[in-house]
This record gives sequence, structure tokens and C-alpha cells, in this order.
Amino acid sequence: MTTQNEGEPVEQRSTEGDDAAVETRGLTKRYRGGQLAVDALELSVPRGSVFGFLGPNGSGKTTTIRMLMGLIEPTSGRARLLGEPMPRAARSVLPRVGALIEGPALYPFLTGRDNLLRYDAADPTADPRTRAPRVAAALDRVGLAAAAGKKARAYSLGMKQRLGLAAALLQPRELLVLDEPTNGLDPQGMREIRALVRELAEEGTTVFLSSHLLDEIEQVCTHAAVMAQGRLIAQGTVAELAAGSRGRLAVTTPDPVDAVRVLKEHGVTDLVVLDERVSGELPLPGAAVDDPPLELADLNAALVRAGVRVRAFGAERASLEDAFVALTGEGFDVAG
Amino acid sequence: MSRAEETEAPDTGVPETADTGVPAEKAARPPRANPLWALALFRSELTITLRRWRTLALLGVLALIPILIGIAVRIETSDGGGFGGGRGGEGSGPAFFPQITNNGIFLVFASLAATLPVFLPMVIGVIAGDAIAGEAGSGTLRYLLVAPAGRTRLLLAKFTTTMAFCLIATLVVALSSLVTGALLFPLGDVTLISGITVSFEEALLRALGVAALVALSLVGIATVGLFISTLTNSGIAAMATTVGLVITAQILDTIPQLHAIHPYLFPHFWLSFADLLREPVYWDELVKNLGLQGLYVAVFGSAAWARFTAKDITA
Ligand SMILES: Nc1ncnc2c1ncn2[C@@H]1O[C@H](COP(=O)(O)OP(=O)(O)OP(=O)(O)O)[C@@H](O)[C@H]1O
Ligand SMILES: [Mg+2]
Repeated sequence: MTTQNEGEPVEQRSTEGDDAAVETRGLTKRYRGGQLAVDALELSVPRGSVFGFLGPNGSGKTTTIRMLMGLIEPTSGRARLLGEPMPRAARSVLPRVGALIEGPALYPFLTGRDNLLRYDAADPTADPRTRAPRVAAALDRVGLAAAAGKKARAYSLGMKQRLGLAAALLQPRELLVLDEPTNGLDPQGMREIRALVRELAEEGTTVFLSSHLLDEIEQVCTHAAVMAQGRLIAQGTVAELAAGSRGRLAVTTPDPVDAVRVLKEHGVTDLVVLDERVSGELPLPGAAVDDPPLELADLNAALVRAGVRVRAFGAERASLEDAFVALTGEGFDVAG
Repeated sequence: MSRAEETEAPDTGVPETADTGVPAEKAARPPRANPLWALALFRSELTITLRRWRTLALLGVLALIPILIGIAVRIETSDGGGFGGGRGGEGSGPAFFPQITNNGIFLVFASLAATLPVFLPMVIGVIAGDAIAGEAGSGTLRYLLVAPAGRTRLLLAKFTTTMAFCLIATLVVALSSLVTGALLFPLGDVTLISGITVSFEEALLRALGVAALVALSLVGIATVGLFISTLTNSGIAAMATTVGLVITAQILDTIPQLHAIHPYLFPHFWLSFADLLREPVYWDELVKNLGLQGLYVAVFGSAAWARFTAKDITA
């Protein structure tokens, strides 16, 4: 492909996927057993984003990541990483990509530090003169500095996970591909990893993060995609995805029966009463019974006018979980 | 066992295709890498192999064998009697054993002749069989490949290490026998198989040549082991298959009815190293052995490369 813009600087944006950190076109993988694990995936991960890759177990997240990293050959379709085709450009792209794929893998007979030295030695672009300090910095970054001299066989699950992350951080990376990075971590560890992800994102690293922990994605991601049974069923910013499902209204009152009546009159559906708590789905803007969008304050006033004593009143923001359940239908069951 | 046919990737899938240099394809290149840095993997490979307890235990056993042989011969002959007499050693009893009492250096030849048929190839089979399959099984292979080690380079590093290990294993046997032989028996001028006597220095040189030949005799099975290692994700299965193959080939080599295939069995010319202890040296079988080993390296090396560069890494 040639560029038309002659006078322009050397930087080339001729191919469409150039400004996407990850771009797939019709990416498909059918395993030898005939299992269609990924089906015509069209993924676009913007540079600089923290991209959540969501999906129930067996939905094809890891398979996609393996194809992106050149570990398995797509049955059809293609993938670009940092604007270059994979797996053809693996040699020039992968040094700029850090990855944690389906959990860490370590040499049990080596210390944590020696494990990292080993992985760093495998990278032909890694400068041996800076190897030791880079390894030390990576260990420090994941909080393993104190356990660096311990044999990896003596590491706990969370420590192994941290060491795997450290291996992904041996060099400054443009893209981090993390397959369930908080797997096996304690709550404190999870928080640390999320903080680390945010920190890396601030430094300009694009983070592609697969997970089935919805609140995790919601907390750290700017963008997300949802997979189900090998198909991409939605992608966009987290806000867009969450907006796709309606929020819920919650009212706490000693008069739940009256509250239900009033709310129903105002178009609130799916009303659930739990002791003194009444919750229901707010009507979508425009789809309401009365055409002007429902103002929450008016709803509250209507309740009070009807003599309902309101103890608490508020709309719960639609969560990604609601969006997810709405998208995948049955929710979180593994599809055969 | 053979899963060679499972390769489903088309040959376009070889990830290591050289940069075609299409101008539009170039983007930000990684920081300039020194070509020498790529050698770090080879060093890492060798140290990691030699640092494993398993490797050290295997080498320890190899070092122990000459010591046991030396002590056994010493006890057997301590009552003054010889070890059977004749200097030929061919056809009757284990090769070179009778000469050990007269000259400790023969322990080197005796030990190599004793370990070459089974122990040495078994040790090589363990190391070669585990080379790729072990890393695949533990999952470390995927991290090496995304580092990115490069499939060809990684295979080359594994191959080089396995070859180096053939030499190391042989040298361990040779050195252990030389030291044991020197401690337990007299040293001196050596009477060769053909009856000619040479100086101890020349005999040492020939011993070194014998060790080199033994190491080279092992490269065939080492490459076969490496190929088997690319077929499975189980290190144990690959080791067992390779060792099983050694034993099978040895058995086939003793069945006279199968003499037509004997010249193609990798162990067939192994004991030809003894021909280096003749004056003049009989080159015929030595050359045949080296040629056969080279053939195995070429065939199974290519097969391993074809398999490994197109393989889906799913573990
Ligand atoms: N090596 C393999 N051979 C055959 N089928 C496989 C293989 N690996 C995965 N699959 C199948 O492909 C589908 C997708 O698996 P994948 O591991 O990509 O899911 P995932 O989204 O990562 O799940 P999880 O959340 O459990 O990690 C599953 O149905 C699985 O059974
Ligand atoms: Mg997975």
C-alpha cells in the first residue's frame, strides 16, 4: 500500500487499523475437535484505552488472545497488533507487547528473579546490560522484591500471578494483554493490580484485559467488549455499554403497597417489594406513558402527594452487570 | 503416539518468515537490537538445563558407572590373576575389560563401550524429549514465544543445548573413568587392538577422539528426541517414547533376519569407535556412523522445525 500524502511527515496512517492497538477482521478459530471457539471476531481496541474483554467461561477470550499473540493460527480472518499483521510481524511487534496468558507459567526450580532473567533472555531486543536492573524494577513494581530470591515452587498462587505480571513488565510496553490478571489474588492484591493497570494506562500503555469480574472491568476500563459463545455481542465505551440497559429506582418506605401503586401509575415497571424496599425499572426516555421524560424529582413529589412516607429515594446507576446479563441473555452459564 | 498429522495451519503460518521489506508495512521499529543479544537465549538454555537437579542426578549416575566398573575390576583381579588374558577383547566378554588391569586408560574405553548402548542414549533421551514438551506442558513455552524467542531460534537453542549435552554427558563418563583408572590402575604406554604400542600421550589423544566420536554417535537419537518433543505437550511421554525408541532400535539391531535395515538403525555403528584404537585406523565404519548420524540430524531436524514452526501452542 502506498501513501498519497507526499508532503506529509514519514509517519504513515495509510492502513485503517494503524491507530488501533488491536484490530481483528473476521477472526475465526475452529479447534481440531471441530469446536468453533471464536467466530468472525471484529475487535477494535483504541490506543491508550483500558479495554475490558468480557465473557463467560468458554466464550473464546483466551483463544482470541492466543491468536493475537501468534501462539495459534487463526482458521480464517486476520489480526493486527499495534498496526502490524500477526503472526507475520511477531518479531518486531511482540517486544513492545507484554502478556499474561491464561495464568502465569514458571520454572519451579528457579527463583522468582531467575525466572524473569530467563524470560528476558528469550527476548532478542532485550539489552543484557540492563537486564538485572529491569528485572529488579519489575519485581518491585508487583510487590515481589522481598520474595525475589525464593524458588518459584514455593510461591503462593497470588505470588505466581504477580511474577507473571512482572514478566509482562520487563520492558516498557506499548500494549499489555492481560488474561484474567487478578485471578488468585487477595482483595488487597486485586486493588494493587488495578492501581497498577491505571498507572500503566496513565503512562500511555494500552491495556487489553480479559476478565469475568464485571466490577473489575467497570472499575478500571474505559472500553469493553462482550463475548458470548465465540461471538462478539457488543463493544464500546463502558459508559455506552452500561447506558444500554436501564437504571433501577429504589424507594425505601414504610408504605410499600401505596408506593407500588403510585410508581406503576408513572410507568415504572418490574416492581419488586422487599420488606420496606420497593425497586423497579425506570422507563426508557421517550418510551414512557406520558411523553415528557420522567423526572425523578417529580416522581418523588408524586409519592409524597399520595401520602407515601419516603425514607430513601434514589436511582441506581445501571451497572455493567445489568448490561452483561441483558446482552448474554441467560447470564453467566458456560455454553457447551 | 504420532500426532504429526494434526498440523492444521497452512504453511503460510510459519511465523518466522523473513521480513519481506514491503515499505508500507513498516511502522515504529523496536529499539535497535544488537544481534549478539539474541545469543542470550542459548546461554540461558544451557544454564537452565544444567541447573536442574534432574540433569545433575543423571550426570551423577553417569559419573558413577566408571567408578563402579573400576572397583569391580579391581576386586576381581586383586587376587593376582588376570582378567581373562587375551588382548583382543573382541567377541569375548565386554570390550576392553581385560586390558584395564594393565593400563587404567582402558577404563575410559570400557566405560564408554558399556554406557553407549543404553545409559548414555537414555540420558540424552530424557533431556531431548523434555526439551520442548516439558516447556509446553508447564506453559513456559508460550511465554518464551511471546517474549518473543522466535520459534526457529528457540528450536535452534534447544538443539544446540541438546548437542552440547551429548558432549557433556560423554565427557563426564570419560573424565570419571580416566580419574578412576589413574587411581586404581597403572598408566603407561598403550598396546592398541592391532598390537602396536603407542605412547600414553598419544593414547590420551585417541581417548579424546573416542569421546568425540561417542558424543557424535548420540546426535542422531538426540535429534529424534527433539522431534518427538515437538509432538506432544507431555515431557514424560516424550522422554518415555525416546528412551523406548533407543531400546527398540537396539533390539532390532540384534535380530539377524532384519539385517537389511540394520545399516539404517542409529545404534548400528555405535561401537565402531573402537576402530580408532587401531593402527592404521579403520575409517570405514567410523565414516558410516557419522554419515548415518548426520542423516538422522537432517531428517528429524527438518521434521522438528516443520512441526514446531506450524504448531498451535495451546498449553
Ligand atoms: N486446545 C483446545 N482444543 C479444543 N477446544 C478448545 C481448546 N481450548 C479451548 N477450547 C474450546 O474453545 C472454547 C473457548 O475457550 P477459551 O479458553 O477461549 O475460553 P475463555 O473465554 O478463555 O474461558 P475462561 O473464562 O474459562 O478462561 C471453549 O468452548 C473451549 O472448550
Ligand atoms: Mg480463558
